[in-house]
Amino acid sequence: MQLESMYQDIILDHYRNPHHKGLRDPFDTEVHHVNPVCGDEVTLRVTLKDVGGEAVVEDVSYDTLGCSISQASASVMSDLVIGKPVGEAMTISQAFLELMQSKGEVRRVEPDEDVLEDAMAFAGVSKYPARIKCALLGWMAWKDATARAMEGTQ
Amino acid sequence: MSTAANRVAPVIAGFDVGKVREEFPSLKQLVHGKPLVYLDNAATTQKPQLVIDAITHFYQEDCSNIHRGVHLLSERATKAYEDARLAVQKFINAADPAEVIFVRGTTEAINLVAHSYGRTHVQGGDEVLISAMEHHSNIVPWQILCEERGARLRVVPMNGRGELLLDEYEKLLTPRTKLVAVSHVSNALGTVNPVRQIIAAAHEHGIPVLVDGAQAVPHLQVDVQELDCDFYAFSGHKMLGPYGIGVLFGRADLLEAMPPFLTGGSMIEVVRMEGSTFLPPPQRFEPGVPAVAQAAGLAAAVDYLTALGMGNVAAHEESLTAHALDGLREIRGVRILGPDTTKDRGGAVSFEVEGVHPHDVGQVLDELGIAVRTGHHCAWPLHRALGVQASTRASFYVYNTHDEVAALADGIRYAQRFFGTG
Repeated sequence: MQLESMYQDIILDHYRNPHHKGLRDPFDTEVHHVNPVCGDEVTLRVTLKDVGGEAVVEDVSYDTLGCSISQASASVMSDLVIGKPVGEAMTISQAFLELMQSKGEVRRVEPDEDVLEDAMAFAGVSKYPARIKCALLGWMAWKDATARAMEGTQ
Repeated sequence: MSTAANRVAPVIAGFDVGKVREEFPSLKQLVHGKPLVYLDNAATTQKPQLVIDAITHFYQEDCSNIHRGVHLLSERATKAYEDARLAVQKFINAADPAEVIFVRGTTEAINLVAHSYGRTHVQGGDEVLISAMEHHSNIVPWQILCEERGARLRVVPMNGRGELLLDEYEKLLTPRTKLVAVSHVSNALGTVNPVRQIIAAAHEHGIPVLVDGAQAVPHLQVDVQELDCDFYAFSGHKMLGPYGIGVLFGRADLLEAMPPFLTGGSMIEVVRMEGSTFLPPPQRFEPGVPAVAQAAGLAAAVDYLTALGMGNVAAHEESLTAHALDGLREIRGVRILGPDTTKDRGGAVSFEVEGVHPHDVGQVLDELGIAVRTGHHCAWPLHRALGVQASTRASFYVYNTHDEVAALADGIRYAQRFFGTG
């Protein structure tokens, strides 16, 4: 079965028990992103804090209406970026975007497993063009919310 | 196996689904190593060999622009195109071939009416009336028209079963109403709307009605004169024909008075730098070089459906739909949207599977070779009205079998097991 290559256990675990889910206060910025193909939605909030002059992701909270891939991806994303300096979190986000654009040829992009951690489980999703947007929905919302929060701090 | 899944296919005299399937080369393929079960017919239909052959024949033998050259190929191309118009005229029983306008599809047909009829008849303070179950193609052109004209878009509500509230509809018909635009059959719910009644009520107020027939013409015998509709739109690719061709039926007197929509060559009478005059319908609304090969393909599809008999087509689909409704109802956690019996219902069955998102249902079904649609089916306001984020839709056509309906039910159960909800 090909299905297991997409629906890795890590993905199904995050789907059934999403981390950091639910909208929390206070927050710096909130965004609402929609996948126009299927109507899936995410509302996402970002809180940054200043640590010695460097912006750090203090919290990411979110509410999603969507498939297992989009929900699990938002959960993994929040795990990976919370507590990280914004610059480092953006690098992880870029690595994930490249993984999703790899068309299943993971070796072509040589993703860094130490950077992507659980997000490596989404490599199989990159073979399914219709599902890549699902995996990216939460990440794109985080990137947007964080960029806006950074603008606010400057 | 459930009782519904074990159903014996009822016999429809003169209709043999096995023979029908032989005509469709694409149905013979394997998908992920499994026989293709194509249940996405409300999106588009597969093409029989004779449609593919008609298109190929045009390109191999008759490829030429129409209504132009005096050469033989142009004559043959013109005949193929105008014969297609006659075939469609007969198929929907239009009174005159000039009432059949070839467009790219339903979307273009509705845009044509919104731009041409709409812009000349809808003014500030006027209203255009649509329904809560419309496809985006029968919402957005009217929204834009209303915004441009300072008019108001009104919406006929529906009940939880996906039926339009006709009492509310009649209350919304006022002197301000300049046009009613409503789907004949809902692409998401399968509801067959009482369009004859809707049209009669509008006509009592002198209001013309456009019917979006994209999900009706492929499946039911449609007679535009019996319906007494003013405009009727549908697409070729949803009725075994090719992409890129569809039809706008318009009542002759309305079309005569309408200005052109898209303009350029082929639709003009005389062009001077000071100004131009235009040909009568249908040419007035068919600018540029038309889709002649596609028209030939559509004519072949019309001939094929006519040979099958639209009564047989409808009976076969009704039997599959009844099977699907019974089969899905037996699955714990499955909720069917729209009418729950085949009365006033077409062959598109949308449903939710509790705890499994439609994308995930569709992905598992695809793995089993079963093609369905997932999402909001271009009817986002409808899904919102029903309080549903998205749904999975199975839709049937002439080549589907009862075994395929059973495979769908089994596939849903498999998806529930895969995600641990069944």
